[in-house]
Amino acid sequence: MAVIVILLLFDVITGQKKHDKYFSPLAIGLLCVHTLINIVPSPNYDIFGGMYYNTPMIGIVRTVLNIGTIIVFLQADIWLKREDTSFKRGEFYVLTLSTLLGMYLMIGAGNFLMFYIGLETASIPMATLAAFDKFRQKSAEAGAKYILTAMFSSGLLLFGLSMIYGATGTLYFDDVNKLITSQPMAIMGLAFFLSGLGFKISLVPFHLWTADVYQGAPTSVTSYLSVISKGAAAFAMLTILMKSFQPLVGYWQQILVWIIIVTITLANLFAIRQDNLKRFMAFSSVSQAGYIVLGVLGANSMSMTSLVFYILVYIAANLAVFGIINVIEQKSGKVNISDYNGLYKVNPKLAFAMTISLFSLAGIPPFAGFFSKFFIFAGAFKAGFWLVVFIALINTVISLYYYLLIVKAMYIKENDEPIAYFKSDCYTKISLAICLLGVIGLGVASIVYDTINLFAYGI
Amino acid sequence: MNFLILFVLFPLLMLLGLWFSRNVNQVRGVMVVGSSALLITAIVTAVMYIQARAAGAQGEMLFTSDLSWYAPLNIKLSLGVDGISVAMLLLSGVIVFTGTFVSWQMKVMVKEYFLWFTFLATGVFGFFISIDIFTMFMFYEVALIPMYLLIGYWGTGKKEYSAMKLTLMLMGGSALLLIGILAIYFGNGATTMNLLEIARNNHIPPMVQHIFFPLLFTGFAVLGAMFPFHTWSPDGHASAPTAVSMLHAGVLMKLGGYGCLRVAIYLMPLGAHDWTWLFLILATIGVVYGAFSACVQTDLKYINAYSSVSHCSMVLFAILMLNQTATTGAVLQMVSHGLMTALFFALIGMIYGRTHTRDIRLLSGLMQIMPFLCVGFAIAALANLGLPGLSGFVAEMSIFVGAFQHADTFHRVCTIFATTSIVIAAVYMLRLVGKIAYGKVENEHYRLLTDATWDERFAVICLIFCVAGVGCAPWWISSMISHSVMPIVNAVAAL
Repeated sequence: MAVIVILLLFDVITGQKKHDKYFSPLAIGLLCVHTLINIVPSPNYDIFGGMYYNTPMIGIVRTVLNIGTIIVFLQADIWLKREDTSFKRGEFYVLTLSTLLGMYLMIGAGNFLMFYIGLETASIPMATLAAFDKFRQKSAEAGAKYILTAMFSSGLLLFGLSMIYGATGTLYFDDVNKLITSQPMAIMGLAFFLSGLGFKISLVPFHLWTADVYQGAPTSVTSYLSVISKGAAAFAMLTILMKSFQPLVGYWQQILVWIIIVTITLANLFAIRQDNLKRFMAFSSVSQAGYIVLGVLGANSMSMTSLVFYILVYIAANLAVFGIINVIEQKSGKVNISDYNGLYKVNPKLAFAMTISLFSLAGIPPFAGFFSKFFIFAGAFKAGFWLVVFIALINTVISLYYYLLIVKAMYIKENDEPIAYFKSDCYTKISLAICLLGVIGLGVASIVYDTINLFAYGI
Repeated sequence: MNFLILFVLFPLLMLLGLWFSRNVNQVRGVMVVGSSALLITAIVTAVMYIQARAAGAQGEMLFTSDLSWYAPLNIKLSLGVDGISVAMLLLSGVIVFTGTFVSWQMKVMVKEYFLWFTFLATGVFGFFISIDIFTMFMFYEVALIPMYLLIGYWGTGKKEYSAMKLTLMLMGGSALLLIGILAIYFGNGATTMNLLEIARNNHIPPMVQHIFFPLLFTGFAVLGAMFPFHTWSPDGHASAPTAVSMLHAGVLMKLGGYGCLRVAIYLMPLGAHDWTWLFLILATIGVVYGAFSACVQTDLKYINAYSSVSHCSMVLFAILMLNQTATTGAVLQMVSHGLMTALFFALIGMIYGRTHTRDIRLLSGLMQIMPFLCVGFAIAALANLGLPGLSGFVAEMSIFVGAFQHADTFHRVCTIFATTSIVIAAVYMLRLVGKIAYGKVENEHYRLLTDATWDERFAVICLIFCVAGVGCAPWWISSMISHSVMPIVNAVAAL
């Protein structure tokens, strides 16, 4: 699987020299081909002596990540066409794909070291991407912030790993699972490991970088950061916790319970007060991360299915929102919620697409977000965490409030100088169509969930 | 899949039709055809249901069908109706149909308005035909969210505030519902989401019932305007455009009562048994408090909204009596209140559309100017205070007869308090009619106003016909209902 990615990278690098207009289709097309190859359920195997392994479930997660990346590429085109970025568009694709490769390694790792390598491969290019508009001060700042927090969290993670190694004498997931006991050192290791990963998924209290980086980074990068890297990290978290920390299940569930409650609640409260839409989406995505981790908490097969399904739905809805933010930002330079006042009158289609995506994020039926939230809750409820589910449910009401604020801005508020009407470009249209298809179809068509469910497993 | 799916299919087709319509006339055409189709389907369903029962059909639910949806979670698209849901479907059919005519004069963003309106109707109909708790809950939420835009955009007064308050409170209620539904599902062994099967198995542990019944009941009761969670209702109704008030007070609030009965009490009888006292007290307070609040209001819509709170609390009050007569009365009250409150809101909307004020201190002598509307208004008021021959009387009669069957002091005291609302209703209703319809015309400008147009007359006559129909010939609907409430009442009585 990894070989295909390297091939793809090679293709893209040679393609970079051409500098013609067929460049983006080439990258997108190759990724599509790759996705299609990947979509066929692959057998279980492992390479590098058990360092990297593959199961059908991991194949599905890879497909989900691929689809998300394709959508991001489609949306990024309008931004990459701009004067100041067009000469380095090749770099964008290469860097994004190397982070994707890192994520593959992360979710497929069978050893903590491999996991660590994957994590680093995923985060270092990400910092470059965040600083892609390097002449914009905010973007450079975002890059710096991201790299510093990423390094710090890696440090924590490594420290945790060394403790685990000290406690068990091995770094292979399966062996750790056999040898680990609830001695203080192992629990410390677990705590550090979780905090390190918490930075990646931006859970409270490790979320402080999120808003600044999201605001500063180019919108396409933000959208990539908010769904793809978060989804991969959450899935990796689930597999590792289930695989190697199974004996400590009571401990990490207890840690996660508090993290989830704090994450969802605080992020929601902060989101209410944002005016910049990208910052707003940052807090919204922190709170969504809380829901995703709620899927980790259950640690049964229903939770795993729900988690992957949630990530998929979240990709569709969130990328639709970011796609719209991106296209509006590129065309008019406006990113504040108050700028969206009266959008429906000017550009009803975009406003409508935005509305249903926001409804999906808030979990309103018949859109897919409702189903994914329900399944996540059902999984956690099954594991007995009904109080957490209850708090999360109360929080969905708060989240509905702030999503409705945007709907209100677009439909109800009057505006003297609304965003001028424009026609979206072809790539944005395709990407939004895919996203909306997902938002509307994923819930109604149960086949997606059933397919994922086929390969899910639990403790 | 059987013909019941038409109740969801028609609104979906209407949505599609509306999406592609280009001008107001096409929109109106789609709405009239669609809502008539829904009404006719509802009537046909009722006729078929009564015939099937007469022919000796024994099933608790008739016309059932299953379609597997999410197999791993046992979620199915299960449809089926009994007497209660047939009554509710008829009510919804009538309200959607008349609501279309009441919104005939809508001018701004007509297409979007009807899109959301139909979206709401989809949820309502879907809710009443589902017997799978997941699908039911899904339709329930589908019915709630359009209210935000309908009130927020097309409403009047402090519409943004009201819309947000209404949506958040109801969504808060549905959050409670969701946790209750999960508790039912997992408490019952996670094998089925079908209402009937859960009720048949009935092995939800007592502890689970004890914890989750109040949550589930409150979740539904928020929509049923139970004190102290009724505060969304006056603001929401007052700000909403006419047809939306009609649909909301007429049908949507019934979702709450129906859910309390069908889901909360039916599936968690033990919980119902334990918690009746608390909710009965709250419902009684709601009945009296709503009536008193209506007395002091000066805005027409607020008066009717508080009167709705009182009447809807009466529904909850009757449901909590947990015997056949009172529960039948509760369902009758839902139908009756749905019809008369819709009539009331329609008339208020029409009067407001002419006078541009709803303050009763500024209105007087309208009988001389718009006799048709004022006669309708008087009929609505009389129905509201429970005059024999109109629907309100039948319902309240059954409720209080049922309530008096309980001989203990607690139920007696509650009943006595609740009955006072009849008198109070007479106070505010008669005062209201006297003030605005009779007397001198104080504002000379009003002399220029016109009486109802054809579309308004049509809607009003339809509603009056239904109100009087239920009032004069209640036996067919009441026997249909009383047969169907038996399983629910028995579930509690079996304890």
